[in-house]
Amino acid sequence: MSEDILVDIQDLHFSYDGRPVLAGINMKIPRGSVVAIMGGSGCGKTTLLRCIGGQLRPTGGMVRLGDQRVSEMSHAELYGLRRKMGMLFQFGALFTDMTVFDNVAFPLREHTDLSEEMIRDLVLMKLEAVGLRGAHALMPAELSGGMARRVALARAVALDPMLVMYDEPFAGLDPIALGVIGQLIRKLNDALGATSIMVTHDVHESLMIVDYIYFVSQGRIVAEGTPDEIRGSTDPFVHQFVHAEVEGPVRFDYPAPTIVREFLGSRAHG
Amino acid sequence: MAESVSSIRKLGHVVVDRIWRLGFAARFLVAVLRYSGPSFRRLPLTLREIYFSGVLSLLIIIVSGLFVGLVLGLQGYETLQRYGSTEALGVLVALSLTRELGPVVAALLFASRAGSSVTAEIGLMKATEQLKAMDIMAVNPIARVVAPRFWGGVVSMPLLAALFSAMGVLGGWLIGVVFIGVDDGAFWSQMQSGVDFRYDVWNGVIKSFVFGIAVSLIAVFEGYDSVPTAEGVSRAITRTVVTSALAILALDFVLTSFMFRGTS
Repeated sequence: MSEDILVDIQDLHFSYDGRPVLAGINMKIPRGSVVAIMGGSGCGKTTLLRCIGGQLRPTGGMVRLGDQRVSEMSHAELYGLRRKMGMLFQFGALFTDMTVFDNVAFPLREHTDLSEEMIRDLVLMKLEAVGLRGAHALMPAELSGGMARRVALARAVALDPMLVMYDEPFAGLDPIALGVIGQLIRKLNDALGATSIMVTHDVHESLMIVDYIYFVSQGRIVAEGTPDEIRGSTDPFVHQFVHAEVEGPVRFDYPAPTIVREFLGSRAHG
Repeated sequence: MAESVSSIRKLGHVVVDRIWRLGFAARFLVAVLRYSGPSFRRLPLTLREIYFSGVLSLLIIIVSGLFVGLVLGLQGYETLQRYGSTEALGVLVALSLTRELGPVVAALLFASRAGSSVTAEIGLMKATEQLKAMDIMAVNPIARVVAPRFWGGVVSMPLLAALFSAMGVLGGWLIGVVFIGVDDGAFWSQMQSGVDFRYDVWNGVIKSFVFGIAVSLIAVFEGYDSVPTAEGVSRAITRTVVTSALAILALDFVLTSFMFRGTS
């Protein structure tokens, strides 16, 4: 990896109600790259993203963004930093009382003193980049899931952020929309000179567009590598995940007493 | 024994939980006041909420005010007739409305019409991650979403209560003067001499202002604090209506006991 690190995470711990969610995460994300964080549902990957964005304060360890320590910033400093960040939420999180145009214009109107003409040009350019310039007058309720995700993407990059975070960008999309979003993430990252962190469990789409992948399980990084390394990996966890196998180190069943005990109860011991 | 200990413990939990929530609501009010700057600097934000809370509540307030006035006119006339003082109908209707019914009934209607919709809107914005999205865009949701809705309610409430009272007086006049035939001049002149502006009208305005603060705070707080699921938002809306109604009636008693010392 190159030496120009944008996001540096060292020994990150996070507990919720005394239950550890993240238990010693170390990551270095180089500037300009697209990195995927993968793992099963509930493994702590969204929590990790929220620690990077400063929405959650870690219980231990450090998150550094450029030369600033996110984990120790005040509320005002965090807001200053977040102007240079964009985030795409799982279901877009568009403002339902505003048109597509106003949604994308929102961060520009809140944070800049640009004239309405300038805002109009910028918004239409961002919408053009996601192929939805023609949809600028629609309301979010009139969009399909994939279109809403693309509008949210245009909104996330409206201020040309240095870091874009994606929370499950592929969840619930049809294969075509999924491919479109995947390509857009890569294209926008390279065009803006940004850095992207993507939390997902869609292995195949991610392997096509990212530079580096981390696998997280039970709050720890269990495997990492470039897409080629991941494809050729013999690690049992990676193998199970990439090939979607039921049997492997990741348990499919929720912890439960044994079947004999459950159905026969005390008779099993009698 | 163990059962009674456990029920005492449960009761303790409920009480502590309520007190904790009350403290949280108080801190929330401080945060709303602290981040109220944009609500006044960017007036269109607050004007939009005055439209949604106030203007859209006009119909229910006008119609209810009129009906309450009509009923007051009928009931008042019947009672006053026994004492042969039907010309006092105007003052009876006006005092009932400005002192009590105007602020209280308008606030109850406002809580169920506008308060519930504010709670639903903020709760759903929370459930669909719109508030989180705003926060990550470095826009404070309390300043951008909560404070304008709070001030929209605080401004609308006294105006709606005043309109309610005015419509009520009109209703009382319609029944008393137009339909029953109470003397028109006596109706208005008794009202004019019997209603003191500072003592009756102004105290009513203060009441409706206090109710406006209480209802708006409850509505925005319940929305912001709702569990972000369909069930959670529906419970929050119910809590807004129930808590507002109790708060209005309890505050009314407290305010009345301070304001009206009884005439000598």
